[in-house]
Amino acid sequence: MNLDPTEEQRQIVATVRRFVREEIVPLEARLDPDASELPREDFERLTAKVREMGFWGLDIPAEYGGAGVDLVTRTLMAVEMSQHRAGLYVPCYGVFGSAGLAQLYEATEEQKQRYLHPMLRGEKRGFFGLTEPSGGSDPARAIRTRAVKDGSDWIINGSKVFISGADRAHFGLVFARTDAEKGRGGITCFIVDTDMKGFHVRRVVHTLRSSHYATELQFEDLRVPSANILGEVNKGFAIANDRLSRQRIPYAAACIGVAVKAQELAIDYARQRETFGAPLASRQAVQWMIVDNEIDIRTSLLLTLAAAHKADSGQPYRMEAGMAKLVASEAGGRVVDRSMQIHGGYGMTKDLPFERWYREMRIRRVGEGPSEVQRHVIARDLLGAGLR
Amino acid sequence: MAIRMDKPWVELTAEAVKTLPGQLGVYQLADAGGRVIYIGFAGGRSLFGLRSELERALRERPAGAVRFRTEVNQQYTSRYQELLMLHVADHGTLPVANAADPPVRLGRLSPL
Repeated sequence: MNLDPTEEQRQIVATVRRFVREEIVPLEARLDPDASELPREDFERLTAKVREMGFWGLDIPAEYGGAGVDLVTRTLMAVEMSQHRAGLYVPCYGVFGSAGLAQLYEATEEQKQRYLHPMLRGEKRGFFGLTEPSGGSDPARAIRTRAVKDGSDWIINGSKVFISGADRAHFGLVFARTDAEKGRGGITCFIVDTDMKGFHVRRVVHTLRSSHYATELQFEDLRVPSANILGEVNKGFAIANDRLSRQRIPYAAACIGVAVKAQELAIDYARQRETFGAPLASRQAVQWMIVDNEIDIRTSLLLTLAAAHKADSGQPYRMEAGMAKLVASEAGGRVVDRSMQIHGGYGMTKDLPFERWYREMRIRRVGEGPSEVQRHVIARDLLGAGLR
Repeated sequence: MAIRMDKPWVELTAEAVKTLPGQLGVYQLADAGGRVIYIGFAGGRSLFGLRSELERALRERPAGAVRFRTEVNQQYTSRYQELLMLHVADHGTLPVANAADPPVRLGRLSPL
């Protein structure tokens, strides 16, 4: 496995780096420190620029008009795209486009016309409704939302929690139990329009991420036609599960990008800040923090690129993706924490990006499967499928 | 925490504003009848947090505001959006002084 970037990848990385430094970082100087959206005119201007660069739609397959990049290149780009204040959760404020709900690539032609294509054109927004108050890490058992067949329709009752973007969405994927006896084989994925009677966004769930919130949903006798089933009845778990492994790789890469930027700021500051007549960089206590940062960053990057390489070459990569996510999210937290420490009081202020990264990086150890679940997934792969 | 702000209104005067904290958070402005006419937040760029924002409100009196109430809140951006969404859910529209400059995208709530 050769992880050295190709010349083309080097050029892409350099282009994205320049874009982030010249276009995104200066804009952030006038945004609220917790902002997660650009003013509309800036968003449109930068989206047009990204389209000109040929990078729009990184996660969209080429046949649907996306950039069609491999996962290793995507990882290298994600590391660059997240090197700004909002970069962990909204890299470049979304101007590189979003794949939205990748599960819709498996939809029927009619469903693609109604949901996928409008979503890719930016006309419709979707949400992913999996987690319930009874849990999110073990959806096969935790899903209590029920769908019962009524003629050619299904009636959905239940609730979801920690769902991002449902209040702004036109539709969503809702996973519901359609067979109480079958565990993971009894879950079906429904495409639900948010203007359907019985669909409610009950409350905002505030979190450490001030810039963004989750929502709690309730379904009351929500009637959905059979034509809105994504895939097959009782085979929704595979749809949910497929997304989980693949997304862990760019998720890890964003943690690395923030860590790289935090380290860069820490090194700059340690060189210029003097205490007791000498720069911080000359103090062993600070040197060791910077060394530990670098080890954390490089370990995470190698694991993440290895996972991306495996995925690109068509090999099973669930364990590698889990390791990358686990290591990068935990290492990213440590790097941000050490870099804040080096900055002292300034590190705690909203003048610098650390406090936002610190809050948001904490969520990364839970989002997309907590560290403990990643270890469980890895253990299952190492010890055998019989382990539950 | 109640999702709707329910603290009593305070008259929008220089004396009242002077006592406000310099912390981050959200606030509402109202007319004499207690109708909410503006919802705002004091974010990380506010020089003295809620005090600075209410000093500005005192100078500019958006939509003729005469009362205010505040809530110290570190999650000021999501709380701000929540208050706007609640207002739309309760009244069908944004507060009159927010309508000219709405957030880029505002969600929909149907609270119980």
